[in-house]
Amino acid sequence: MEYLIIIISAVFVNNVVLSQFLGICPFLGVSKKVSTAFGMSLALVLVMGLATLVTYLIQNYVLINTWFGQKIDITFMQTIVFILVIAALVQMVEIILKKINPTLYQALGIFLPLITTNCAVLGASILVVTKEFAAKGVESHMMNLGESVVYSMSLAIGFGIAIILFAGMREQLELSNVPKAMRGTPIALITAGLLALAFMGFQGMV
Amino acid sequence: MSKFKYLIDGIVKNNPTFVLVLGMCPTLATTTSAINGMGMGLATTAVLICSNMVISLLAPVIPNKVRIPCYIVVIAAFVTVVQFVMQAFTPSLYETLGIFIPLIVVNCIVLGRAEAFANKHSVGESALDGIGIGIGFTLALTCIGLVRELLGNLSAFDNKFSSSDGMLVFVLAPGAFLVLGYLMVLFNRLKDRKKKA
Amino acid sequence: MAIKSSLRNMVVVLTLVCLGASAAVAVVYAVTKDPIAAAVADKTNKAIEEVVPSFDNNPSEETMMVVADLQNPAETNKVYVARKGGEIVGYAIESTTKKGFGGPFTIMVGFTPDGKVYNTSVLSHSETPGLGAKITDKGSHFITQWKDKNLTDGSVNLTVKKDGGDIDAITASTISSRAFCNAMEIAANVFNNISTEKH
Repeated sequence: MEYLIIIISAVFVNNVVLSQFLGICPFLGVSKKVSTAFGMSLALVLVMGLATLVTYLIQNYVLINTWFGQKIDITFMQTIVFILVIAALVQMVEIILKKINPTLYQALGIFLPLITTNCAVLGASILVVTKEFAAKGVESHMMNLGESVVYSMSLAIGFGIAIILFAGMREQLELSNVPKAMRGTPIALITAGLLALAFMGFQGMV
Repeated sequence: MSKFKYLIDGIVKNNPTFVLVLGMCPTLATTTSAINGMGMGLATTAVLICSNMVISLLAPVIPNKVRIPCYIVVIAAFVTVVQFVMQAFTPSLYETLGIFIPLIVVNCIVLGRAEAFANKHSVGESALDGIGIGIGFTLALTCIGLVRELLGNLSAFDNKFSSSDGMLVFVLAPGAFLVLGYLMVLFNRLKDRKKKA
Repeated sequence: MAIKSSLRNMVVVLTLVCLGASAAVAVVYAVTKDPIAAAVADKTNKAIEEVVPSFDNNPSEETMMVVADLQNPAETNKVYVARKGGEIVGYAIESTTKKGFGGPFTIMVGFTPDGKVYNTSVLSHSETPGLGAKITDKGSHFITQWKDKNLTDGSVNLTVKKDGGDIDAITASTISSRAFCNAMEIAANVFNNISTEKH
């Protein structure tokens, strides 16, 4: 039950793009076609799940731990360590995928380098270890490993739903006659605003 | 004159928000008021100037294949420094901006300038470029923040001039997209007009 | 212009850059540690000044940990005692609710010794800007309505009007308002437990 609340909260209520403003760059950048948007989302679910798994363990067993009988807390290194780990992880996923599943690599490979600078990945990794999870009906609490990974992957799924809907709308926009000053990014942003308005309807659901 | 150009370019011709459309996450997320937008802009500017200078210094000794990780480490270090300084001296702004301070690391503007400008130019030029782009970013964020605050909360720079509620939606998520979209339309329009004249 | 990308060069340079960056961050951490602690203490002191009548002692030095719920003695709240000329003029109670919309939030509640609310102040929160974040709006009706309410004798029903209580909620922010009431209730319980300890 609790996992269900986490999933709904992460996918709809706190949608990563439309209400938390993480990962806007790929949201605007790779949303011209539904098929690429889909590939990007799949790659993101994979990377965000893995990244959160690794950074959660690093935060709780490396940055805060007892080393040589001395209790240390070097969470001030968090930003540097997390971004390096994420960059390395993305590279590794790329190399491994290339070796074991070339077809999947062909589909997702081009998106992987882009993901390093997707702030949703770093954002989610930092959020799950620093902020408590809050939703209606549950007492807010720090998430454990399982919940963190599920939360992160749900955020990525939320990204997927938003970007696929958005790409569908943009494909239609291509065919319409848009005033000159609005062509390109401005009309895309206004469309995204309307989509965000629709997603606000989920507020207060959980 | 030629050096001065680097500074001006960042503000208008290469404006990171309205022209290059970079660093959208903080642009949308932190502009709930003019002050917040300005705070985010200045924090990013500080990181940008420092990282630009250090990277232009280090560029000659960094092997090509590991340049991106090196840049990221340098940027992450400066971001953490800015984070501590803000926590110590502007604690309330630090709390408002929250997660978006560490996320300056993945702001494409900072890495973008390192890769496109700083590693090919001298320290002085890189610093000027950092200042120019930084000012352009700060101005854009303050502008968006001001519009959202005016419409959504009937206040300017946190001074409320009416006790009634504004159009709340502009302070919330959808408003961010809409305001930025329409400001961009305005920017394009003005640029077109100038070209024709 | 860049040096050759041999394995040795790459490892050496990357290691050096990482070490340099870590060292720089560690130095700044050490330097800003005290100012950060001072900023936090300063915020607490300012909040105490706001929520209790004027005092001449240092409440940060006269604190006690008091339980809110006698059934659950593990969770305690920090209470600052404000005195003027030796007489107690008020208690500032730190109270955290876990029912906030964006996560937990912490407020400082000031009581005069007769159990009336003097003032409140938000210490930290993560409510939505423009909606729930209005709990920080000091002049708003939602905040000023608490003044002089006696929360300790049962005369006030500590829930929002929508739930049949006596408190006006913030427009469009019922969850945040409910959470605020919850924090006030915790503070009131803490106040009652101070009194029972004293007498």
